[in-house]
Amino acid sequence: MSTQLRVNPITCEAHGLCAELLPEMITLDDWGYPIVDGNPVAPELVEHAQRAAAACPTLALLVQRRQPQR
Amino acid sequence: MSAQAQAVRLPRLLSGTPDQGQMSLREHLVIHGEIPAGRGRRHKRGVAAGLIESIERAGLCGRGGAAFPTAVKMRAVAKERRRGIVIANGAEGEPASLKDGLLLEALPHLVLDGGSLAAAAVGASELVVCVPRSASAARQSLTQALRERERERYDSVAVRLELLPDRYLAGQESALVSHLNGGPGVPTLTPPMPFERGVQRRPTLINNVETLAHIALIARHGSEWFRELGTPGQPGSALLTLAGAIEYPGVYEIEHGAPLGDLIEAAGGPTGEIKALLLGGYSGTWLPGLLAYTLSLSAEHLAPYGAVLGPGIVLALSEDACGVAETARVARWLSEETAGQCGPCVHGLNAIATAIEELQAGTAASGTEQRIARWASMAQRRGACAHPDGAVRFVSSALNVFAEELAEHARHGPCDACERPSELPLPAPTRLAAAVSR
Repeated sequence: MSTQLRVNPITCEAHGLCAELLPEMITLDDWGYPIVDGNPVAPELVEHAQRAAAACPTLALLVQRRQPQR
Repeated sequence: MSAQAQAVRLPRLLSGTPDQGQMSLREHLVIHGEIPAGRGRRHKRGVAAGLIESIERAGLCGRGGAAFPTAVKMRAVAKERRRGIVIANGAEGEPASLKDGLLLEALPHLVLDGGSLAAAAVGASELVVCVPRSASAARQSLTQALRERERERYDSVAVRLELLPDRYLAGQESALVSHLNGGPGVPTLTPPMPFERGVQRRPTLINNVETLAHIALIARHGSEWFRELGTPGQPGSALLTLAGAIEYPGVYEIEHGAPLGDLIEAAGGPTGEIKALLLGGYSGTWLPGLLAYTLSLSAEHLAPYGAVLGPGIVLALSEDACGVAETARVARWLSEETAGQCGPCVHGLNAIATAIEELQAGTAASGTEQRIARWASMAQRRGACAHPDGAVRFVSSALNVFAEELAEHARHGPCDACERPSELPLPAPTRLAAAVSR
């Protein structure tokens, strides 16, 4: 099981909280929208990722659990 | 293949295309024959199910631009428990494209045959044919064709016509589903993909109308016949819109892998020197005009040039045109045709369009070209749909092909050709009510 981060670009309104709460994985573009690094979330960051997702005012940050590719 | 052998094998789809009006059901059946699965309620399910396999062996890929393998989509809909819906996508959002409109206006029975057969094959109960609101000729032709078919009880599924907004993105699959579900008709976040959950939450097969027309012929003649034309990687024939500085621009049926030069000559040759070629429309790629007699029209041949046929558009820009002005206008148009939903696309395409306008005007600050590259990478793959990716491909390839002209403009401002009327077609942009806040 791996954990992935994804932004819903339709609902994201560039509040930028995610980049403050999870700078290890999220930077902001020139307009304040999050750029998520495509790697799986490291185990020690999973809790931070979940906190960042919960803090998003539009719930646009998605923490997804994925079965590893067969 | 010799030119002569090819001459008897083409056209396929365009066989007997009437100069005016549409082909009647009777003429259609004389030219192409009856559908092998049988008409209406006598439709044999077994024959229909074999069609997916036939399409897979034929190697048919979608002709709406993405070239996705058609059989894969069909299987995905067929395996869902809920009864599916088939959409014939005639949105044809690319401004330069004419082929889908031609099929619908002149050869509606090919599209309806294909749609009806595809519906039977995936176990769908309904075929919905979608055309732009403004396409009145296609509407008329389809209405007439559906009347002929009803009279003969020709189709085994229910068929209805739906009108789409006249927007670049109206035919994007998830936008199409949104529209048909009574929504705003803009792209949605996927997954779920339409083939999993689409119109009325049912599995929905969306095929470009040309793809369906090929299905109508594969059902009649089989996969081996289909593969007699084309390349191993891209079998069959294709409709292509040849536009721009050509004596006889229009829709041509080509064999995949045919030399572009042959097509240009068949179309009466160029009207003068060709400055540049645009392949694949406004989500496509610019290439230098001197490749006009080098390129071949297949995915394999175009890949090394970073180009694809997309929805089958080749546009020749004349030597007299200003590449910078043409690019600036289309970049602005693409930025206005966003759905207004995803920040990186809305802001990115606007920033890029503004920067190109400044370069054209000679008012751009130094480093503007680097900024465009930065914004291009920030917009790419960050939308819910592929619109920013296509727009970035268009702009980035333009900056390459028109690099010298661009540098000239940046130094000295607009050239004389900047004032010339646009060679690239630009429909009036349509504003959406929805907009990104901030």
